[in-house]
Amino acid sequence: MPPARVALFVTCLADLLFPEVGEATVELLEDQGVRVDFPEQQTCCGQPAFNSGFHEEARRMARTLLAAFEGAEAVVAPSGSCAAMVRVYFPRLFEGTRDEARAKTLAAKTYELSEFLVDVLGVESLAGSLHARVTYHDACHGLRELGLAGQGRKLLAGIEGLELVEMARPDACCGFGGTFSVRLPEMATAMADDKLDQASATGADLIVAGDAGCLMHLGGRMSRTGSAMRPMHLAVLLAQARGLRAPGARR
Amino acid sequence: MSEEALAGTFEERAHLQLQVPGLATAIGRAMDTILGNRALAFAGADLEAMREAGEAIRTHTVASLPAYLERFAETARANGTNVFFAETGSEAVEYVRGVLRAHEARLVVKGKSMAAEEIGLNHALEADGTEVVETDLGEYIVQVAHEPPSHIIVPAVHKTRGQIRDLFNRVHGTDLPDEPERITKFARQHLRERFLAADVGITGVNFAIAEAGSFVIVTNEGNGRMCSSLPHVHIAIMGMERIVPSYRELAVLMPLLTGSATGQRVTTYMNFVHGPRRPQDPDGPEEVHVVVLDNGRSSILEGEFRSILHCIRCGACQNVCPVYRQVGGHAYGAVYGGPIGAVLTPLLSGLERFGDLPNASSLCAACTDVCPVRIPLHDHLLELRRAVVLERAGVAERETFGLWSRAWSRAAGYRLFARLARVGQWPLARAHRIRRGPLWLSRWTRDRDLPAVAARTFRERRRRS
Repeated sequence: MPPARVALFVTCLADLLFPEVGEATVELLEDQGVRVDFPEQQTCCGQPAFNSGFHEEARRMARTLLAAFEGAEAVVAPSGSCAAMVRVYFPRLFEGTRDEARAKTLAAKTYELSEFLVDVLGVESLAGSLHARVTYHDACHGLRELGLAGQGRKLLAGIEGLELVEMARPDACCGFGGTFSVRLPEMATAMADDKLDQASATGADLIVAGDAGCLMHLGGRMSRTGSAMRPMHLAVLLAQARGLRAPGARR
Repeated sequence: MSEEALAGTFEERAHLQLQVPGLATAIGRAMDTILGNRALAFAGADLEAMREAGEAIRTHTVASLPAYLERFAETARANGTNVFFAETGSEAVEYVRGVLRAHEARLVVKGKSMAAEEIGLNHALEADGTEVVETDLGEYIVQVAHEPPSHIIVPAVHKTRGQIRDLFNRVHGTDLPDEPERITKFARQHLRERFLAADVGITGVNFAIAEAGSFVIVTNEGNGRMCSSLPHVHIAIMGMERIVPSYRELAVLMPLLTGSATGQRVTTYMNFVHGPRRPQDPDGPEEVHVVVLDNGRSSILEGEFRSILHCIRCGACQNVCPVYRQVGGHAYGAVYGGPIGAVLTPLLSGLERFGDLPNASSLCAACTDVCPVRIPLHDHLLELRRAVVLERAGVAERETFGLWSRAWSRAAGYRLFARLARVGQWPLARAHRIRRGPLWLSRWTRDRDLPAVAARTFRERRRRS
């Protein structure tokens, strides 16, 4: 039996910068008959510190998640990267500490949103309608750490009026890479331009991905260069297509 | 490439490479071609099973490396090959110089060897007045351009046809068109004379076979065979980890190497060297030397990064790396570029000088995914970042993460951060976007807009609803 009640791990990026992503996630889950809790102790998974080599600092932040999701049956995040941090790296980060067992427990019950919808809830197709030409970016950590393979595209496939057009290398990194994007900004921008060139060659209106980090990076570059395309999180697109939220609802 | 271009930080070197016209396009095209061929080469094969087998062989061999090296030295010497163990690069160079002196060698033809690049062999020999001619076409191109190789397998990958034409015409006073066939033909003719005149041939080693005392050189141009058979003396430089127990393991690793490196099921030339010419042999060198190079590898063998010695130098991690794709190998400031270089160079040459290389990755993990012997490259990068922090983290960075993590270790601190950020961003944000960020945020906003903290965060909205 899939869980009837889950805890939302909203992620700091979605919470602070893209609250509509968190709301759309709740709407989609409730739409599937799942009750959604939001434990308020959660802050951040600590990935920026962890990826920079600061493990003690990462644990300090990560512990807020261990506490927040202690009692949850399952945890769902609208981010492959943050979900991968919890599932793949928490057991290593807390290895040999008193929190090791809690970290492993949390790792085993944490899911990325599209993965939860398709693999856990068994959603085969989402009916909805949204008229747009869409290209889909496979965010790295969902793809390679969680092994996501097509869940996002599967959910898009049922949307009426939506045309999915693949770019040359949809699985190539967009250049965000967390702190990478400020450590090597010129490189990160060159990688974004490479990705955006591929995306615009498809004639897409929207670049869709399951990670707010990639979209913040690509979106920031698009708005700076005056691109005609728009970034959109998978959760927001699906919630709009299902009529759960109004197009353009943001702040 | 000039000394100047090799100095500085990764960021500075990458900046220079990002300005080179056509560089990223040339690299991207080559990488796409190789990756397309790779997919074809492994089509229908159980690649995961092959990788698993390759990993098992490398893990076993490297774990027992001293024993296998001893065995190889024994069997090779029995074949009449001279085996020299060089602890450092300069020991290796000295040995080679000694052999050259003994034969009064003036002209050396060289096959591609990353180990030789690693110890700066060409420069040392040239300083003695020896002429050294690279005979792999790509390697020859970068030699003529006075640059180090940009890629393990495709040394001149960063150059366009037009650039190579201009280079050749300038250096050789020719009037070649930018047709690859014509350029290659010219190089062949030019190199053929050098092969015939050379006193000594120097090559690398792809694999040495412990039980047989033989080694194998893999090429597509046949230049390895010419270097190892035409001159009277053949010297092979081999990284100490390039060993397999027997031909059985070689048969597993070879298709992984060629499929990953160039997308070939079989390479054009697979040249086995069993030792010097025997009385009944029609040709071959009278002397064969193998220089087994340590140069820091032993210290890696003992620690958590041991699996980087499993590398079979196929270059696949470079081919898939989105960072490498933009700037090529020179940005890495050392012989090995891309993910393998970002891990190996700091380990071989020190965190002090190369401590920033592990950060030259977005941690996209494409390298780990493609590695034919399943080296966890991006995890090594993470561990190296950790090692850098423990050894030499800057105060500003340590303070930043310290403050940040303390503030966000409680939800109250996090909420306060959101409120303060909204106050702080007020003069900067227009239409929810920040175009010029302060302090380190300016590194983001130089080329990208930054979204402002939302007027109401998700949790604030949820509380009020």
